Amino acid sequence: MPMNIDLKNLTIAKAQDALKKGEFTSVQLTQAYLDQIALKNKDINAYLEVYGDALKAAAHADELIKAGQAGPLTGIPLAIKDNILVKGKIASASSKILENYHATYNATVISKLGRERMVFLGRTNMDEFAMGGSTENSAFGVTKNPHDTSRVAGGSSGGSAAAVAMDGALCALGSDTGGSIRQPASFCGVVGLKPTYGAVSRYGVMAMGSSLDQIGPFTKTVEDSEILFNAIRGVDVHDSTTITEETYSPARIGAKKPVIGVPRDFLKGDGIDPAMLAAFEKSLAVLKGKGYEIKDISLPNISYSLMVYYVLMPAEVSSNMARFDGVKYGLYVDGADGIADYFETRGAGFGREVIRRVLLGTYVLSSGYYDAYYNRANAVRAMITEDFNKAFQSVDIIATPTTPSAAFKIGEKTADPVAMYLEDIFTVTANLTGMPALSIPCGTTTIDGKELPLGLQLSGRHGDEKTLFEAGKDYEGQ
Amino acid sequence: MITPAEITKLAQLSRIKLTDADTQSLVKEFDSILGYIDQLKKVDVSLDTEGRVGAIKNIMRPDIAEDTSPADREKLLAEAPRREGDFVAVKKIIAQD
Repeated sequence: MPMNIDLKNLTIAKAQDALKKGEFTSVQLTQAYLDQIALKNKDINAYLEVYGDALKAAAHADELIKAGQAGPLTGIPLAIKDNILVKGKIASASSKILENYHATYNATVISKLGRERMVFLGRTNMDEFAMGGSTENSAFGVTKNPHDTSRVAGGSSGGSAAAVAMDGALCALGSDTGGSIRQPASFCGVVGLKPTYGAVSRYGVMAMGSSLDQIGPFTKTVEDSEILFNAIRGVDVHDSTTITEETYSPARIGAKKPVIGVPRDFLKGDGIDPAMLAAFEKSLAVLKGKGYEIKDISLPNISYSLMVYYVLMPAEVSSNMARFDGVKYGLYVDGADGIADYFETRGAGFGREVIRRVLLGTYVLSSGYYDAYYNRANAVRAMITEDFNKAFQSVDIIATPTTPSAAFKIGEKTADPVAMYLEDIFTVTANLTGMPALSIPCGTTTIDGKELPLGLQLSGRHGDEKTLFEAGKDYEGQ
Repeated sequence: MITPAEITKLAQLSRIKLTDADTQSLVKEFDSILGYIDQLKKVDVSLDTEGRVGAIKNIMRPDIAEDTSPADREKLLAEAPRREGDFVAVKKIIAQD
């Protein structure tokens, strides 16, 4: 039976309520999303594959809902970034080297959400192995921004962000190594969270920069972000970096409302769009109106963040990519002998950006350059973390724009890797320090007659997602 | 700055086959990226060189092999591009006299 569900205004919280009241079933809700995907995915390319068993999972969820056994996520349709393993399904990381690879086990986040009886709609497009900021590095075509299809959806989790923005999923999972959840969330006008390092298990997500990677949710509201985050967080024996709720004990400064710090010096760069800055100031005014104290802070070494990131991340990439050898899984290209097999397989299987980063990582780790790059970057990383720890002695949240500007044109930055890397300027710090950061839609800017979303980034102390959610919900209630 | 020979050497170390055109464009891109990250050399590094990301510590477990069920083993082997029976197959790496 066709059903008119208002997908545009639907949230996880509202959908769960409607499912429990019997206003619609999970099968009807899932079908509504499948219909939207059928209609829009050809243009947007958010999904690489829609799973054939989504309706079956929805029917199972409906039985639980009828029996009164539903949790907060039972029957809720979810999109999954293609670097997260779902047992038996292809997980390609948008790379030719894994084009036909079937996951042999479930990622911990998938096991957790499977137990909640969420409905897995399909796997979403991304920059190859999560390396990029525009989803243009996918081996399977770019993901377009649902707000303007001549523009990128952002990246690397562009498919997940676009899936939610085009009403092709109620929520999605992504991964964030330098901004790969928050930047596309900002470009597509949805909420994206990079949790505290260790808050969510990475078991079963393809490693990129292991000291930086986190999995996090894409949702339409901050409340939904909190619901999904609470469902995926927690200690996991399969990921020794996971933390408990007691690992950190963040202590609030603000008595009534959190105190917000703004690193003014960092916002003076030329590359920042005045429309972005205006939207940012307006957001601060909204929060001030809600009783938040706003004060200027200084983060002396923050301008080095992106340079540190572009030393450490490729170094980690170069070792994480070593596993793709054409022996255990994935693409195999026949060479003259055993070692030539590696060269042929990796040369044919990896895209340009992956090769660039593997070589760059090999360079910064090679003898003679190790101290000048890798060791120095680690030291500066520690200095940046100290700056943040000091700042968090007088504030509870640090606010910046999520990105320097709204979504850029497809092809605009592909010729210049450094211009593309500068997209991460506001987001990489949270990965370097391990602190949580949330991107929330904060208005739009009109370019060429199209309204393009902008994002406000709130970052907090280690383990203090709660304060970010609190401020985010206050902001949304404007 | 970086030479084509250095790029070739990095590709050798990384086990990646490059075309000449790839090497040429990588030389240009490396110059631009290294020019950017070289600014790190200006920082007065006063802290210790150990990178720190929050409260991370080593987690130990006993080094015990866990058995895999034949069904799981089959799933893993099914992903290997080349196999012989219950083994992953690779080319011979030691020459015979």
